[in-house]
Amino acid sequence: MLRGLLGLTWLEIKIFVREPMGVIGTVGFPVLLFVVLSRLLGRRAAAPSPGVPAYVSIDLPIFASLLIAASAVLSLIAIMAIYREGGILKRLRATPLQPYTILTAHVLVKLLFTALTLAALVLVGRRFYPVGPEVPLLSFTIALLACTVSILSLGFLIASIVPTARFAQPIGTAIIYPMIGLSGLFVPVDSLPPVLKMIARTLPSTYAVSLLRGIWRGEGWAAHGGDVLMLAVLFVVFIAISARVFRWE
Amino acid sequence: MTSTPVVRVDAIRKTYGGTIAVDEVSFEVRSGETFGLIGPNGAGKTTTMECVEGLRTPDRGAISVLGLDPGKDRYRLQGRIGVQLQEAQLQKRIKVKEAVGFWASLYRAPIDGDRLLDQLGLRDKRNAWFMTLSGGQKQRLFIALALINDPELVFLDELTTGLDPQARRAIWDLVRGIRDRGKTVFLTTHLMEEAERLCDRVAILDHGRVIDIGTPAELVRRHCPERTVVVSTADPTARGRFQAIPSVVSVSDQGPQLTVRGRGEDLVTEVIQCLSEHGIRVSDFRTDTPTLEDVFLRLTGHHMRD
Repeated sequence: MLRGLLGLTWLEIKIFVREPMGVIGTVGFPVLLFVVLSRLLGRRAAAPSPGVPAYVSIDLPIFASLLIAASAVLSLIAIMAIYREGGILKRLRATPLQPYTILTAHVLVKLLFTALTLAALVLVGRRFYPVGPEVPLLSFTIALLACTVSILSLGFLIASIVPTARFAQPIGTAIIYPMIGLSGLFVPVDSLPPVLKMIARTLPSTYAVSLLRGIWRGEGWAAHGGDVLMLAVLFVVFIAISARVFRWE
Repeated sequence: MTSTPVVRVDAIRKTYGGTIAVDEVSFEVRSGETFGLIGPNGAGKTTTMECVEGLRTPDRGAISVLGLDPGKDRYRLQGRIGVQLQEAQLQKRIKVKEAVGFWASLYRAPIDGDRLLDQLGLRDKRNAWFMTLSGGQKQRLFIALALINDPELVFLDELTTGLDPQARRAIWDLVRGIRDRGKTVFLTTHLMEEAERLCDRVAILDHGRVIDIGTPAELVRRHCPERTVVVSTADPTARGRFQAIPSVVSVSDQGPQLTVRGRGEDLVTEVIQCLSEHGIRVSDFRTDTPTLEDVFLRLTGHHMRD
């Protein structure tokens, strides 16, 4: 039901921007963090130089992008919890709308704001972190959206287990941020202890970092087919589990 | 064709873990009537209604709504019914006109949303966010959403719970209006006054079971046939005269006030005849007619709101 999907997506976009805190948290926070970090490090950020850790010099844009995805997921978890607790999901289900249409609309809203935030990041960060012409921004945007979709599917799973809206933020944060810690951005996945390595291998953020890094460096999609495949596999797995355990009320 | 069943529920059962929420419930809703499922909170009213709406699947039993199986034809059914859910909300920052417009876009032949909002007294609130509406306005908006597709059957679940008496009366008028447009209304309520004022027929539900079904008057006649007349009189012969009336069961007095209890609808007439026949002067006269509340108490041994 395409008309319902587009209508609901448009409606949710309008509702989202009417809440200042949501927009600041999702769009403003990653941009602000990126600007502050870049500014602290000055022009050194863009190129590897002594005194600047490798993850900052090379991976700052990757880190910022991952934060965008993380904010989108946290926002989704909170919205799902609030909508469920308020009976909004149930009310929407008591219409000819298909259940997946309702959820897809929210994914589309999150993807739109992810792309917008990335654009804001590139524009605002231009002064401190000039993006060279060698960086394929379009490919990077597409890669980030693909990563976000995969991480959002984990978000639906988390949204299923969150008992009330009050717990949505803490539980979401407690899962999403450690996930970034294990993603290979700060410590290579291979040098993690065996248990953590195993956990990292089942998390979409790990493949997201590998893919985003590669695309940013201009390695191309072909070199990262495995990452894309794993993001897709995890998406299918998480959605399949969510479809079974997702609670509408 | 007022006898065609629009809804047929046949021995449905629904359990949650070890608790039986709905137990062998059967009833029919006829075309054009306002049918009420009444009972205290937790009696299984909402669960039963949501099974009929296709939002829940009963463990056992069969349901037919407008000739469709709500389990299998859920989406086709949704197009033909209008639903108001108990304790449902909308997005806090959705505008009234956006909600009505979006809902209208989901159906094939919606009615005019602006006119509907006018009729429901929400014209001035078209641009208001949902979160700024009062309880009564929210319920009127939910009625609008339930009517936007011009449904044949409208479900109203605890429509006036939490509203002040004035808003409640306004909503009752709207529900009568829905019925007058020829639609079938299926509602639940734990307010017996609401059921008596709105429903053509009711099913009394307690602990997941249907205890009895009928018109409110029928149920009162069947289960609470006794009538009470309270008369204030200084006439010392009155007591004896009343006791001589065949349908009178007992007469008790508190000072000049006599309470006459008896059985059958004729009691009141007979007391009045007795008064005029013997020229008994009275300073006060009132009758107590049992209500659905009394029927419920008689049938279950407990009050509605415990």
